[in-house]
Amino acid sequence: MAYSEKVIDHYNNPRNVGTLDPNDSTVGTGLVGAPECGDVMRLQLKINPETGVIEDAKFKTFGCGSAIASSSYATELIKGKNVEEAAAIKNTQIVADLNLPPVKIHCSVLAEDAIKAAIEDYKKKQAQAHPAEAVA
Amino acid sequence: MKIPIYLDNNATTPMDPRVLEAMLPYFTDIFGNAASRNHEFGWEAEAAVEGARETIARAIGADPKEIVFTSGATESDNLAIKGVAHMYRPKGDHIITVTTEHKAVIDTCKALERDGFRVTYLPVDKEGFVELDRLREAITDKTILVSVMHGNNEIGTLQDIKSIGAICREHGVLFHTDATQTIGKVPFNVEEMNVDLASFTGHKMYGPKGCGALYVRKRKPRVRLVAQMDGGGHERGMRSGTLNVPGIVGFGKALELAMAEMEQDIAHARTLRDKLWTKLKESLDELYINGPDPLEKNEQRLPGNLNVSFAYVEGEAMMMGIRDIAVSSGSACTSASLEPSYILKALGVGEDLAHTSIRFGIGRFTTEEEIDYTLNQVIEAVNKLREMSPLYEMAKLGIDLKSVEWAHH
Repeated sequence: MAYSEKVIDHYNNPRNVGTLDPNDSTVGTGLVGAPECGDVMRLQLKINPETGVIEDAKFKTFGCGSAIASSSYATELIKGKNVEEAAAIKNTQIVADLNLPPVKIHCSVLAEDAIKAAIEDYKKKQAQAHPAEAVA
Repeated sequence: MKIPIYLDNNATTPMDPRVLEAMLPYFTDIFGNAASRNHEFGWEAEAAVEGARETIARAIGADPKEIVFTSGATESDNLAIKGVAHMYRPKGDHIITVTTEHKAVIDTCKALERDGFRVTYLPVDKEGFVELDRLREAITDKTILVSVMHGNNEIGTLQDIKSIGAICREHGVLFHTDATQTIGKVPFNVEEMNVDLASFTGHKMYGPKGCGALYVRKRKPRVRLVAQMDGGGHERGMRSGTLNVPGIVGFGKALELAMAEMEQDIAHARTLRDKLWTKLKESLDELYINGPDPLEKNEQRLPGNLNVSFAYVEGEAMMMGIRDIAVSSGSACTSASLEPSYILKALGVGEDLAHTSIRFGIGRFTTEEEIDYTLNQVIEAVNKLREMSPLYEMAKLGIDLKSVEWAHH
């Protein structure tokens, strides 16, 4: 199976690999997938509570080249977006932009799930940190 | 050194140039049909086939009349198992095989189950060995055939087929072995090993693809088969179809060379394989050997085969990281079925580790320079991918990955 140039580029030069402090109340962590399935993605977002803008994004992924590329690309996509815009990202966009073949669509689904899970986690933490206030 | 590097010699081997040379005249000059009994063209082709048959028979301790040429090991497995099953059905309807067999055996047995046969799939231990007592216990008075492969294509386990053959003989049950990975690679003898049927093929021993053989014992006991293909009654009625003369000539030449050079081929493959394994272990943590550890059980593993799980690094991602090196993986992402290797599963290897397995197959033409290059590439790729792996980070932080509630999808 041949990989698209974009997948190869993200695999060779992954963007935003790393770890943010999971205990920081402005960091949301999404951990999706399972080792037995061959894919685990961890996506972390640092969000400005005032503006709701995603100021930083880091990922680590256990999975095939397309899974790594999908998560790397997801971090690029969401950096600078606000939470609502990020939550609206669909896996189909990742499929189209990375030219993923049908057998690799689940990688893009996982990336979408990771974004949603990270935002969820952030909102939960914010609600705990500021119980009385509405969360951005 | 030429790039890419071929380290998948358990899948197929390059043809030895000496084999090609032997084959060439049989495409153009000596092109006759070996079954043409009435002219020179046919006689020459027949003589070439019989010469190869003689060489092949001698290599495994058989009589030339016991060799049936086929299109490859898959056909040989089908002919052996279905052929025996249908011939001996009045005697019994039970077959015994093993969970780690090649698909050519497993799926043939599954087909027979749909035809009303009963099949026992023996489990293996964590290194892939069949327990002899379990085999003994599984044999009933309805058992007509036991099929156990000699060398496993994925994990390199060499079964004790001599003892397995002896048990079968003792119980009056026919014994078939898929010896695709072993004939021409390690010592194999149908008499010493009590084998009644053996499948093998040319392209795993530096011969051509599309030409295999089935050994069918002629005496003590005489094995009879129901042919699986109707036609002109070639190969003593067991396998109709015009013989692949150039293929057979190449197959014969390949086995002749393999027998003459076996000692040095084994030493070469073992030296390089053991170096690869030793150096990988020195440079990386959390590596798990699949199959018997060559450093402890060298004699019980195929000489050039190494199968390692690189924990926390998915197999396909790894193969992408070592793109100049041709290997294979037990990861689901690299298989047609999208399931991780059933062979690793049979050993009790967890699916998480099965996804991280890589098989290296070293052969006659692999050089030390290629192994050194491979070592560098693999170590670099594993380090890079572990740096990127959330699982490796979690494991290093002391988190028990088994205790995490994963979102299965």
